[in-house]
Amino acid sequence: MSVEPVVRGTGECVACPGGPLLVRGDALVEDREGREHPTTRPVSAVCRCGRTRRDPWCDGTHKLLPERHRPA
Amino acid sequence: MTSRTFLDCRGDAHSLAAVTPVASELGPALPQPRGRLSEGVVVALRSGRPALLDGLDPVYADSDDDAALALWTLQELSYRGFRGVEETLEWDARVVGLRVALERAWEEELRALCGAPTGDTVPVDVGSTILEMAEADDGPSVAAAVQRHATVDQVRSLLAQRAVYHLKESDPVAWLVPRLEAGPKSALAALQADEYGNGVAGRLHHAMFTAGLQEWGIDATYGATIDEAYVETLQQSTTVTMFGLHRRLRGAAAGHLAAFEATSSIPSSRMAQGLRRLGYEGAMAAYYDEHVEADAVHEQLAARDICGAMVAREPHLWADVHLGVRAVFELEARFATRLLDSWGIAA
Repeated sequence: MSVEPVVRGTGECVACPGGPLLVRGDALVEDREGREHPTTRPVSAVCRCGRTRRDPWCDGTHKLLPERHRPA
Repeated sequence: MTSRTFLDCRGDAHSLAAVTPVASELGPALPQPRGRLSEGVVVALRSGRPALLDGLDPVYADSDDDAALALWTLQELSYRGFRGVEETLEWDARVVGLRVALERAWEEELRALCGAPTGDTVPVDVGSTILEMAEADDGPSVAAAVQRHATVDQVRSLLAQRAVYHLKESDPVAWLVPRLEAGPKSALAALQADEYGNGVAGRLHHAMFTAGLQEWGIDATYGATIDEAYVETLQQSTTVTMFGLHRRLRGAAAGHLAAFEATSSIPSSRMAQGLRRLGYEGAMAAYYDEHVEADAVHEQLAARDICGAMVAREPHLWADVHLGVRAVFELEARFATRLLDSWGIAA
């Protein structure tokens, strides 16, 4: 399972295999409820596994999931 | 006493006043020696007489504690120095000579402990390989013990140990910056900008840890807890400093960074939960909260954009990247075993 992050920004976005989407620069990122959050770091990691407890940001939870439940 | 002037090739006299030794007025006190070697170092630095280091050799260390403290003390001259110690000693040839001799001896021990990568081939995907190594690491977890059942006194003892590195968090990695090409350099700069608070001093990670120590009633002055530091804690510090100071070990510095970040998010989350379980919901919990999110970014940058790019350019660096990664796991396992044993928990 995986979720497709919704990101509004002009910076480069790179999906890490089995992990988060890295977003460079300023952007607005939607959480699961559709609320927008501004990035606060030079590079931000956005959840793609759908299990983070710090939605919409990656908290490393994907590492606790079996391989088949990780994002591609 | 040597002359404070010298003559150039035309016979003109020049003053050496500009390099007259000046004792540092700030900085921590020198540590309590733990044997003859560290005592020799402390006495030489305190007296401003590096000639006293002549004849000192790593083989004269009375114990691992003694050797680690001697090396830690010499390396600290490149961070904050020590109150009352002349600043010129950082680059005195005898000081550097003993420091490097101690580093070589420790590097040899560390390489034996960490082992070499299996096979001669470099992984196709270095970044993923490092992250998989981190996931496969099954060393004892201090964070799991804090999350579930550690007492306030036990956590306080842990934080005092962690202060040895966390109060200079990311500083040794800064030495890696000038050794990189544009791609990995910009990734490291982005990572360090985050570590250093993105322009806000209060968000700087070691400043957040300082606030956390104050919340816990622990002396947050840089270097204040050194006399209670375990040898395992000292070795964690001397290792990352050695990787930073030697350009030759740039691969190990990058590998260490990647493994450190890749074993941080989930343990930091457990630490924050444990602190809140004990009723400490302020600055220290915020420090660990910050690491949950920040290190989820940093592990990707360090493993893929820094280590991956460095090994792509210089494939022979893989062996040292591997050393840096393994060093994080091996040294943390030793530390955790010692700490959990003192808590009466079998690692």
